[in-house]
Amino acid sequence: MSVDLSVNVGGLRLSNPLIAASGCFGYGVEYADLVNLSTLGGVAVKGLFLDERDGHPPTRIVETPSGMLNAIGLQGIGVRRFVAEKLPALRAHGAIVIVNICGSTVDEYAEVARVLDDADGVAALEVNISCPNIKKGGMMFGCSLQGTHDVVAAVRRVTRLPVVPKLTPNVADIASFASAARDAGADAVSLVNTFLAMVIDVETRRPRLSNVVGGLSGPAIRPIAVRMVHECRQAVDLPIIGMGGIMTAEDVLEFIIAGATAVQVGTANFVDPFIWDKLLSGITDYLQCHGLATVSDLVGTLDTTERDTAWSSS
Amino acid sequence: MPVDVDAIVVSNTPLSSDYNVLALAAPTIASQAQPGQFVMIRPVAGDTPLLRRPFSVFELLRDSARRVTGLSLLNKQIGVTTRMLFGLKAGDRVRCLGPLGRPFSVPEPAEQAWMVAGGVGLAPFATLAAALRRRDIETSLFYGGRTGSDLFHLDEFRQLGVSLALATDDGSRGDHGNVTVPLKRALNETDRTAPVRVYACGPTPMMRAVTALAASYGRQTEVSLEQVMGCGLGGCYSCVVPVRRDGRPQNFVRSCLDGPVFDGSTVVWNLLG
Repeated sequence: MSVDLSVNVGGLRLSNPLIAASGCFGYGVEYADLVNLSTLGGVAVKGLFLDERDGHPPTRIVETPSGMLNAIGLQGIGVRRFVAEKLPALRAHGAIVIVNICGSTVDEYAEVARVLDDADGVAALEVNISCPNIKKGGMMFGCSLQGTHDVVAAVRRVTRLPVVPKLTPNVADIASFASAARDAGADAVSLVNTFLAMVIDVETRRPRLSNVVGGLSGPAIRPIAVRMVHECRQAVDLPIIGMGGIMTAEDVLEFIIAGATAVQVGTANFVDPFIWDKLLSGITDYLQCHGLATVSDLVGTLDTTERDTAWSSS
Repeated sequence: MPVDVDAIVVSNTPLSSDYNVLALAAPTIASQAQPGQFVMIRPVAGDTPLLRRPFSVFELLRDSARRVTGLSLLNKQIGVTTRMLFGLKAGDRVRCLGPLGRPFSVPEPAEQAWMVAGGVGLAPFATLAAALRRRDIETSLFYGGRTGSDLFHLDEFRQLGVSLALATDDGSRGDHGNVTVPLKRALNETDRTAPVRVYACGPTPMMRAVTALAASYGRQTEVSLEQVMGCGLGGCYSCVVPVRRDGRPQNFVRSCLDGPVFDGSTVVWNLLG
């Protein structure tokens, strides 16, 4: 039985639910020799401001139990250079390009969105209101309901592209932020970005990262991310792109059952750049075994009814 | 084109209580590898360690017909991955992705090559020495370690026709002190018009000192930097090196793609982390 892996995430049409996560896949072109980019559901490229940024000095990552901390600081080439230098190659490789957009001000988000709206070959905008590693912008907006609303509304006004705010888990009630994003005109939300965290070298008593704090990702955060996808699904009628520590097809399925229409894979791509085919075949096998014709049929099918444990012989 | 393989351990040869040489069957990677390139290693299963770690290709393994069959790693027990590699046995497997990164440049035969190694920084120089000697380039190895028993592979370098200059922290072999002691002597004794290319790999302060010392004699140094890496493929921007380039005082460039070999004079050493 053939299965249909295609999904529609608030107007963003993907041939399958697997997206390379922003910040974990460069500008996509770095991987073009290793992976057929057109076989991915989508490629979320590294976050872009209007101008180039240096990011933080090394050390920028440190491994933690079943995870890693990063504080890259959104080093980037700026949106105009991206459009001129990277986008044509991504188009040529047939990639579905989701651009992660950043700003230090609400106006900067809108200006970056405007540049991309005019460009050829952008499928959606992921609005980064959740980066934990920069002084101005990012999580500063994503930790305030008003800030979330203001940024999303400003981007919404200037683009016809699907608008997908990326939410931070560093809040008390993430569903209220999904709700604010929807009210501001978002087509979907993606969650979660990384958890603000810290590692100290006890010999030197110095932080292991130059930025002192960083964002925790990897399998260590997955159960929390699944719970947050579940909460958003329960509270808000808005498509969800789920992410957080996905390493296997089973992990993808957990997010989909919790309510995600598509997922992003980040840290696992560092561990295994050839992970995509393995995840896709695992999802396909599962759908076939469970008699499901489309992956969309699985979205949000979490069963929380009381389990009947009575034994019956019939 | 880099490939990712489950490489079978052919042999694990302990060199001391914390150094070993791990020989891996990986013909596709090894046959493409150039001196200075690296591989990314992790266990075949499990989440600990999660991320791969970069290792220089130490030697190329060949069969009796001289065909390349694999590669070896010079390993020193420091952290979780290196402890795992120290304990592997023949027949075990490790995940190995490569070859990656930009190799050393190989000069014209008229030029001399001086390789300067500190500790486990010897790793990239076995294949470089072989490539240099194949081109009949006069090659020297300046090699420093804590103590005489921490200096390895000396006979193999001699067999290639490489001149050796050794230094140890405790003075048990070669010069007493840093590897810069014999290097400085050689710089003083060599005609300044004779072309010499310097290569360095070792602890960051050593590479910085070698670059500065060589530069004071008008010599350029290629350094092989060992940055913390997330992916090895340009995806994560973790392994950046601050360099002076394109008229800018400081560019963070990815060591995995633009390195790990850099012109030492372009590195902004105080920001290297």
